[in-house]
Amino acid sequence: MTTDPGEPLAAGDYESDIANDWCAGCGDFGILRALETALARNGLPPERVAVFGGIGCSGKTPYYLSTYGVHTLHGRVLPYAAGAKLADPRLTVIAVGGDGDGLSIGAGHFVNAGRRNIDLTYVLYNNGVYGLTKGQASPTLRSGEQTGGMQRPNPMREVNAVMLALTAGFTWIGRGYAYDVGQLTALLGQAIAHPGLAYLDVLQPCPTYNDLHTKQWFAPRLYSLQDDGYDALIDERSGEAAAQARREECMRRAGEWGERIPTGVFLQDLSRPPFTEGLLRLQPRYADRPPARLGVADEDGRPAADLAPLFESLRVKRR
Amino acid sequence: MKAASDTLALRIGGPQGSGIDVAAGLFARACAIGGLHLIGRREYHSNIIGRHSYYDLRASSARVTTHSETPDMLVAFEAEALCRHVDGIADGGSVVCAGDSMDVSLSSLRFLGSRLKDEMCTALAESRLPESSAGLLARARERKVRIVAVPLAEWIRLLAERFTIARAGAARMTNTLLIAAASALLDLPRGHLLAALETTFPGRPDLAEMNMTAVDLAYGHVTTEGGGPASKLAVSQASADEGRMLVNACQSVALGKLAAGMGFQTYYPISPATDESQFLEANCEIERTGGGVAGPLVLQVEDELAALTMACGGALTGARCATATSGPGFSLMTEALGWAGMTETPVVVTLYQRAGPSTGMPTRTEQGDLRAAIHGGHGEFPRMVLASGDVEECFHDAMQAFDYAERYQLPVVHLLDKALSSTVQTVAPFDYRGRRVERGERSQVGAQRYALTETGISGRAALGEPGTAHWITGVEHGLDGHVSEDPVMRERMIEKRARKLEQAIVDIPREEKLRVYGIEDAAFTVLTWGSNKGAALEALGRLADEGVEARLVQLRLLWPFPSDELAALLVRAAPLIVMECNHTGQLASLLRAQTGLDADHLVLKYSGRPMSGESVHEALRDIHAGRGERRMVLRNPDE
Repeated sequence: MTTDPGEPLAAGDYESDIANDWCAGCGDFGILRALETALARNGLPPERVAVFGGIGCSGKTPYYLSTYGVHTLHGRVLPYAAGAKLADPRLTVIAVGGDGDGLSIGAGHFVNAGRRNIDLTYVLYNNGVYGLTKGQASPTLRSGEQTGGMQRPNPMREVNAVMLALTAGFTWIGRGYAYDVGQLTALLGQAIAHPGLAYLDVLQPCPTYNDLHTKQWFAPRLYSLQDDGYDALIDERSGEAAAQARREECMRRAGEWGERIPTGVFLQDLSRPPFTEGLLRLQPRYADRPPARLGVADEDGRPAADLAPLFESLRVKRR
Repeated sequence: MKAASDTLALRIGGPQGSGIDVAAGLFARACAIGGLHLIGRREYHSNIIGRHSYYDLRASSARVTTHSETPDMLVAFEAEALCRHVDGIADGGSVVCAGDSMDVSLSSLRFLGSRLKDEMCTALAESRLPESSAGLLARARERKVRIVAVPLAEWIRLLAERFTIARAGAARMTNTLLIAAASALLDLPRGHLLAALETTFPGRPDLAEMNMTAVDLAYGHVTTEGGGPASKLAVSQASADEGRMLVNACQSVALGKLAAGMGFQTYYPISPATDESQFLEANCEIERTGGGVAGPLVLQVEDELAALTMACGGALTGARCATATSGPGFSLMTEALGWAGMTETPVVVTLYQRAGPSTGMPTRTEQGDLRAAIHGGHGEFPRMVLASGDVEECFHDAMQAFDYAERYQLPVVHLLDKALSSTVQTVAPFDYRGRRVERGERSQVGAQRYALTETGISGRAALGEPGTAHWITGVEHGLDGHVSEDPVMRERMIEKRARKLEQAIVDIPREEKLRVYGIEDAAFTVLTWGSNKGAALEALGRLADEGVEARLVQLRLLWPFPSDELAALLVRAAPLIVMECNHTGQLASLLRAQTGLDADHLVLKYSGRPMSGESVHEALRDIHAGRGERRMVLRNPDE
């Protein structure tokens, strides 16, 4: 769709007319609503936004939005999203996927995305189970836990996604709760505006398959890091010692689970340059001639690349 | 000294990391400066340093298309190279080696390999010769092979003293010393070699000077003590500057991608594909006809799963995107290949086949991935598969692959192999400026992304284009890209995607599907694909010299399969010989499935080494004489 540039954007501009098939009470609805509102508040017209989904219930998110939507492969949402962003940096690119998608089959991409720090937002729908395949343990479910859909207790340990994001190099890390749409909208707005790779962990009950981590279980445990006086910012003025102290505190908070579970912004690291900064040093013309605008052919449809100098360098000749 | 010869096959062998490539490059450049055509190829282990590697070069006043299994001359950097290859040198040929490698026991050569060592020892014992390089050399002398031992250790000592450098540093000039000795034996003008040296060490006059001194030492020795030139290579004395380039297939593909306006290449390091991406990384600032300099983004990523998915993500923005890999990487990519097929995303996968399965032999060749390229991935989806036969075709096909990908909105696999990737050849600068680039149909505002059309092709829009917002999905979908499992829509979408290949087979001209060489209406027919082209052409030439009329059909478009053209062409074939570097005859079985035609003979090779002109010629001669088996395997235990 195309929005009228004169009119302020509203959450409704991002709704598609596709019938939604998520279960009633699913946390995904809260994330969808927060995403629509955050995009509108950030002033991003739908046609300039591409939302990439992994595979699973969460991966269907792009269908329910009026932005460009890409439904990718299980575990591969991050490289797809990175490819589009690198090829056309003008796009706002958001990747969404489940905990199994991002932390099990896609774990390699999660870690390596951190190493690149491309300007993307990655929203992980974290409910502890594989919903669409009927309730198997996901990588965020703790060892020994057994949800309703499981045949026996989980034999594997959980992975701490926030700690992993920190060590992998994500430069913005936050956590929201699917039923607190107000906080989630604010977090999404910040994540999208962040000029590097943002990871937003969204805790959500799966009302159908996770009978352990319910709304009632989460409600008394969640607290806001920012309300607790936690400062997530690292920038060029921070100094190495202060930056290190921030990261250590981030790690400590990321380890909290059980009685107190932190939400809010864990890390906002502005000291590390986004990927394109390094790229521009190697290829200065990337700024105005990224892959999508390289220019394949001239006006007559002839190849625009002039290889004569390169051919000359490969010629065998006396100097 | 023999009369000037217009062709020479040279083999340079030694431990990996000892400068064989530099030596081969020097010699090749010197010959090219002298106006000769060249083709070279390299055999090497999956190893960084120390294991045996060799380079075959062929120089000729006419164009040459393949290497020789019986070189005229061997340059051996060490005893192992000498032992491995001296038996393969043509009768009356020559060997250049260091004096200290002349009598080395086979048992002391730790990388020789037990199969080869045992066979050599048995043969030497039967001839009552010592189990050493001396024994092998004695046998070579019986075949009139001239052995030229040079005082390498002495030369290294002299160079170390002259330039006050360590022996180890001076020893790095072994390659120049030995190749210069060989060049002197061939009476190659010294000036050509010196000119080649200058371009080998640009910006390093110190290295150039040391190496020039090395050249002088070797030329002086051969002239005064080495008995003078062994034979004369017919090289023009004056520099014949005809503008030819010396490029390998990886460079050729990379140049084709640059010419095609590729915007983004992803890759994960893998032999033998990586050279292409590295060449692109080094040459990504390209002049544009409209002014300015700009080129593709080349990115090393975490694995091949990311490589193809990232390229697909880039392609959605309208950029021309590609990746380059080998068999193990391609296996990982098949999920994204299916995604590109389902979503109708144009993307190019350059697949350099190597000997499989699994890790296989990473640095050896095979044509074992034809079926994988055509069928790899679950489900049914359209894709195209092209195979190049030589360095020049690599350029053309790399360009063509992007046009096909965008015209039919599908993944295109460009098949090459290790043999081709390590083939270097003198070629004229590629002519591409007159080509018209085809970018395929673009979507109109408000049009449905997957609209059903007669050709199966629907307009495509880039992410970010106003007025064309749509959904792209690997899930079965309706016209707008939303999920649909409706049985009728499923049938329509399957049929729509399939129609694109039906259209392609009609659109594409015959010369892009196959090429016929030799006597067009001869009955004696060889059908092959990929890098065997060079060996087949040489074999055809040899058959013609013997008065045998034969033709070669080189299949270039492997999928969609050009059944009609092939059936019409091959119905008169007698015999029909299918030639490929694999064990099962993948093309032959495909031919049978697609046309009902059955090969009379299969000529196969699966040792991991490419076919040569002489071995193919021998097999074809046997077939022509009625001595051919249905299945003939080309073997050479010494490669």
